[in-house]
Amino acid sequence: MLTVQDVHLWRGDRHVLRGVSFDAQPGKCVLLTGKNGAGKTTLIRAIAGLLDPEEGQVFWRGAPARNQRDEFHSELAYLGHEPPLKGDLTARENLQYSIGIRRPVSALEIDAALVRTGAKAFSDRATRMLSAGQKRRVALAGVLLANAVLWLLDEPTTNLDADGQQLVRDLISEQLARDGIVVAAVHHSLALPAEQLMPLELAQP
Amino acid sequence: MKATSLVAAGLVAVRDLRLAFRKPSQVIQPLMFFMIVATLFPLTLTPEMSRLRDAAPGVLWIGALLSSLLALEFLFRDDAVDGTLEQFALSGQSLTWMLFAKTCTHWLLTGLPLALSAPIAAAALGVPMEAMVGVVASLMLGSFAMSLVGAIGAGLTLGARRGGVLLSLLTLPLAVPILIFGARATQLAISGGDMAPPMYLLGAIAVLGVTLAPLAAAAAVRIGLE
Repeated sequence: MLTVQDVHLWRGDRHVLRGVSFDAQPGKCVLLTGKNGAGKTTLIRAIAGLLDPEEGQVFWRGAPARNQRDEFHSELAYLGHEPPLKGDLTARENLQYSIGIRRPVSALEIDAALVRTGAKAFSDRATRMLSAGQKRRVALAGVLLANAVLWLLDEPTTNLDADGQQLVRDLISEQLARDGIVVAAVHHSLALPAEQLMPLELAQP
Repeated sequence: MKATSLVAAGLVAVRDLRLAFRKPSQVIQPLMFFMIVATLFPLTLTPEMSRLRDAAPGVLWIGALLSSLLALEFLFRDDAVDGTLEQFALSGQSLTWMLFAKTCTHWLLTGLPLALSAPIAAAALGVPMEAMVGVVASLMLGSFAMSLVGAIGAGLTLGARRGGVLLSLLTLPLAVPILIFGARATQLAISGGDMAPPMYLLGAIAVLGVTLAPLAAAAAVRIGLE
């Protein structure tokens, strides 16, 4: 369903991605590993369409993703290094706007997602007052609320305590159980059943 | 169910208004700059009212142009830094509509207050009361056109270090026609002449801006996010 076909990408004069290919079906988690600078973030951004590969293509449901950009993006949730939150808005307001532009969302749904990610207790505080781990929990609530088939997660467990890391594993398991697809760049193993995992190690360019 | 592009654009505008009220410094700074420039000028020129009145269109418009360049730096910068623009680009909604909403809100928060406060600065420059409506109208239309033109520059300079200088260099050539027709309209308002022709031209630039600038800004932002 998500097919990455022979993707080559340069950043400046560095040939970062050298012919990356995989085909992820529903219920599968592509686990991107590799040293710092191996191109994990670059690959995730290329799949999302934020970077244009010099060679190769990303296919979604059998058609090139770039030819159906809006449809592809409405089925995708992307969480980068930094949680995309406005410091002067509360967690709840942030989700209300960031999810509201994708689909109509009710206060109850937002509440449920905040409870699920353990962010309810601080959801009415301006996010600039929150710790990095708390912000990450709010951002994870946003990923949940996006109702997306494909999750692109770049280091989703960064700044999270042991409970938070377990939460990420649980959320990914639930997403896979819903026949979703997850592409995650990680440094630690996610301890998921082997049949759900598609490990992909990126070599240093 | 997916939200429509207009709903998405509306939410972006509401969000920006709310943020501006929580953090008003970005709105006040360009306005203060304009007021200081325009009110300091009479102190450096001759106190003769007729001379001041002759200089008024130039002072008001150069003040407005520089103030708008100052404000444009903030148009997309914060959203680019915190990853909000990436989320916009990946929301499955029209980036063009969302950036158009952002540009309109930006004008509401910077251009409109500038135009509405211009009579204070204009009075210090000896502009007669009956010309004030014309002064405000020309500045409203001109600042709107400048916000639209500037959105393209703001998009193009997203990824650049020292984007502010580059933004000015990119935007100034496009802003010169607005400056010329705007100052002419203000001059005609002061002298009691027919200000319709330069206002029509300013209107034409604004219409062209509404039609093309959001498309160009969206393309520029997508490049800037790479």
